[in-house]
Amino acid sequence: MSQAIKTEKLCFTYPGVEDTPGVAVFDGLDLTVDEGDFVAVLGGNGSGKSTLAKHFNAILLPTGGTVWVCGLDTSREENLIPIRRQVGMVFQNPDNQIVANVVEEDVAFGPENLGIPSGEIRQRVDAALNQVGMYAYRQHAPHLLSGGQKQRVAIAGILAMAPKCVVLDEPTAMLDPKGRREVLDTVLQLNREKGITVVLITHHMDEAAKAKRVVILDQGRIAAQGTPAQVFSQVDLLHSLGLAAPETVELCHALNAEGYSLPLDRLDAESCAQAILDAITGEETT
Amino acid sequence: MLKDITLGQYFPGNSPIHRLDPRTKLILLVVYIVILFVASGPVSYCLCLGFLAACIAVSKIPPKSFLRGMKPLIFLMCFTGIMNLFFTGGETLLVKFWIIHIYLEGVIRAVYMILRFIALICATFLLTYTTSPIALTDALESLLRPLGKLGLPVHELAMMMCIALRFIPTLLEETDKIMSAQKARGADFETGSLIQRVKALIPILVPLFISAFRRADELATAMECRCYQGGEGRTKMKQLRYGRLDASAFAVTLAVLAGSIALTVFGL
Repeated sequence: MSQAIKTEKLCFTYPGVEDTPGVAVFDGLDLTVDEGDFVAVLGGNGSGKSTLAKHFNAILLPTGGTVWVCGLDTSREENLIPIRRQVGMVFQNPDNQIVANVVEEDVAFGPENLGIPSGEIRQRVDAALNQVGMYAYRQHAPHLLSGGQKQRVAIAGILAMAPKCVVLDEPTAMLDPKGRREVLDTVLQLNREKGITVVLITHHMDEAAKAKRVVILDQGRIAAQGTPAQVFSQVDLLHSLGLAAPETVELCHALNAEGYSLPLDRLDAESCAQAILDAITGEETT
Repeated sequence: MLKDITLGQYFPGNSPIHRLDPRTKLILLVVYIVILFVASGPVSYCLCLGFLAACIAVSKIPPKSFLRGMKPLIFLMCFTGIMNLFFTGGETLLVKFWIIHIYLEGVIRAVYMILRFIALICATFLLTYTTSPIALTDALESLLRPLGKLGLPVHELAMMMCIALRFIPTLLEETDKIMSAQKARGADFETGSLIQRVKALIPILVPLFISAFRRADELATAMECRCYQGGEGRTKMKQLRYGRLDASAFAVTLAVLAGSIALTVFGL
């Protein structure tokens, strides 16, 4: 399987202002994201999550090491536009990434920039809006939509550019639970049905639990990575990094402290309940 | 609520006037202004006003909204009228009082000026009522494109207008939020002298500006991420196209222009 994104010994330091020294974020970070993968990047505040996301789209350039996106080196200027055509980016605040005052015009913004003929733009815009379930709102003004809807419009704007990879930087941080679910379902669907590589930066454990792979960042280093079940079962490590495991794992962990021996890889409520039930009935029979 | 302000006062609709190409409407507005200034006699004025009334009727915009839009300009209209009334010389003296001389010609001129004013305002309103702001921006960009060769950044100007329009509601909402937050901490915007009230606005403007700059920064990043590189090599989803309707609109307006020139030549 080929790699959508690969960082090799990535170093990055935010330049200091005047006499103050710069802030080093990464010092030799190696990370790969396979094509078609769904990677969730977790980490506390200041762990470098958002800085990492900005490297995937050549908004920030490494001060050392290399970032390869679809086989292109981000530090070469002639690669800038090809990279941004391949990697779409969705930001935290939906209000600050919508350009036009009609939904469909905003979705058309990206393809218009690429110089695509108008007939094809129309098709792409309609397809992208259908994909995120916002076609009925195509004539609306963005400021009258809910947060979740705005974020889906932003995703449609990226999809209309037909990228191979989508990087979402805390897309649900400003949304209510309903909006969060809408956005997450849309992202999952893109990954599953269209095979788009997804990098989801988040601090919600339940969102990360739906990914194929989880990467935990701590102070610019990878603290843990693997499948959600592998990563979240290391509850003590998570706690030491100031993170919490998904609620089901936390519950099993707390019960284990009381003398049970429950598995720590149950990420949804149903299988967790089953595990607890099994433990209780098993105890009664013995 | 600040949020309820309607912008550009666009009335969505599907009348022939709505369906005209925005460029046609802009050009024809200019032509109509020329017609207004060509007209000089009662018959040609009737032609002008009749034409405008017919356009308003076709657009199906409630005439009341034109009256409402005119309210803030009543003072200016009266002022123009009075100035013309008092300072136009003539032969038929109607009133002579102290230093005030009112001639018949002055009365006629004042009436014409006010009518011209009203027609001008209504025609402009007709344009903004029947054309969405985004269509107007597109039309301006398209019409000004020749000036791009002279170094005028036409695309950038149009983009700025578009973004400004897009962010007005967002910033209004934000102002509302900041004002509520300040009120919750005891700020008083409603009482006190004018100077005190202006001073009370400063704590609103500072956070508003800071947040606007932050938004601008994020928006610029988001636009760059979507491969924005200025106007060069950019295409448009909705291309403006002149149709048969535009041709007939041009024909009718030019006929009115010709008619009003002819009437003026004959002194009607």
